[in-house]
Amino acid sequence: MRYSAFRLFAEALRGHRGWRPAWRDPEPQAEYDTLIIGGGGHGLATAHYLASRYGARSVAVLEKGWIGGGNVGRNTTIVRSNYLLDGNEPFYEHSLKLWEGLEQDLNYNAMFSQRGIINLYHSDAQRDAYIRRGNAMRLHGADAELLDAAGVRALYPWLNFDNARFPIQGGLLQRRAGTARHDAVAWGYARAADRRGVDILQNCEVTGLRIDGGRITGVDTTRGPIRARKVGVAVAGNSSRVMEMAGLRLPIESHVLQAFVTEGLKPLIDGVVTFGAGHFYISQSDKGGLVFGGDLDGYNSYAQRGNLPVPEDVIESGMAIMPAIGRARLLRMWGGVMDMSMDGSPIIDRTPIEGLYFNGGWCYGGFKATPASGLTFAHLLATDEPHPTATAFRLDRFRRGYPIDERGAGAQPNLH
Amino acid sequence: MIIHHPLLGPRDAQEFTYLGDATLIDRPDAMAEGALEAFDAYLHLRDNPAGTHRELWYHEVGDRSWLVVTRDTRTHEITQVELARDVALSKGRGR
Repeated sequence: MRYSAFRLFAEALRGHRGWRPAWRDPEPQAEYDTLIIGGGGHGLATAHYLASRYGARSVAVLEKGWIGGGNVGRNTTIVRSNYLLDGNEPFYEHSLKLWEGLEQDLNYNAMFSQRGIINLYHSDAQRDAYIRRGNAMRLHGADAELLDAAGVRALYPWLNFDNARFPIQGGLLQRRAGTARHDAVAWGYARAADRRGVDILQNCEVTGLRIDGGRITGVDTTRGPIRARKVGVAVAGNSSRVMEMAGLRLPIESHVLQAFVTEGLKPLIDGVVTFGAGHFYISQSDKGGLVFGGDLDGYNSYAQRGNLPVPEDVIESGMAIMPAIGRARLLRMWGGVMDMSMDGSPIIDRTPIEGLYFNGGWCYGGFKATPASGLTFAHLLATDEPHPTATAFRLDRFRRGYPIDERGAGAQPNLH
Repeated sequence: MIIHHPLLGPRDAQEFTYLGDATLIDRPDAMAEGALEAFDAYLHLRDNPAGTHRELWYHEVGDRSWLVVTRDTRTHEITQVELARDVALSKGRGR
């Protein structure tokens, strides 16, 4: 069923009795060409692009819970491509371009809104660093504009420009960045993949990988064994646990990242704003809640919840640039489990096991990458070659000495 | 989280900084055969278990001792706290 304004109008006249589930609930087959472990945004996007761009006919997505129940439904929904390094920026700009055509491609309203992101700077040195970053972005075809304090004031007059310690001198603005509705991204990809014949198997947890002579032959699941020629793993947050079944140790630690949302308020912030002197980012959802977050808790965790020192730190940072936030009541806070890699950048690569492919290490930047992650992982699965925009995300880059360290913090996952 | 320091008693986890898996105590021998692979694994690869995890915490705003904390990564429950020095000595390290 294709969604359109005409369809909506016709259904309205019929009392909305014609709508059907957006994807099927099939029984697992005994064998597929390609299995994707993980029915999050990246796994579903991979399945969609495998079927739509690479002509794959026999694909299944295995999800231990339900579609949209993992990190794709737990993030702060920011989409941007304001990276510095050569290994990253072409990939994230590729992703942003895919976002721009995503809703037409999926025939699904993901509420993608290019409302802009502004990274504030508070010192001369930081301005110079942002000029460099903006130039790097523009060299790769992204957009970036440097604003002075007056330029920022025209957008957000209520920011605390005269903060004694961190006065706002200006900001780096990417107008094409924005936000999307995260659940709708998962649902849109699931529906689009399903329409092309991909089996989405929910409540189907992988319990073992079948490896014979260094080659993957299938998986064991809670819904029975499934044979496959190729298996792609896209389970960020739990990557180490799944790859352990193949006897592999990863350059990844799992950490908890907290996020917060206030009660619904009248329109206040029409874009995304980040604080340059601490770690704090904020946007406003279409329902009116202020959605914000900051640093990791900093210790290994699979708990999907954090501790209180981080909320204190995040909200202090918020108060520093935006004192008005002190009047808003906090509605919810939650935690998600992040694959923190050694350099803060992701991994999309083959593994030492023939037919087993890995996609993970997204740290806390996975949501914006969803389309490009899916497309480049599908490219790798279909052709055995890395996509031109994802050649740097190799599993062995640490051993070879080619990390992609945006933060410049070294091999220390909780500092990225 | 409260960390029960072996010498100082219960301390708020905010007084500490976190380094990571306690296997970082077992620094490979740089002169040994296969040191390159050993250091790659030591620096970059982690077990990253969901469950019991032995990990290094540094009492930065306290007595500046290194501790080995045994903690469940699914619940954050801490079951054992040792001085990292004692752990290193028990493994036959000189200090």
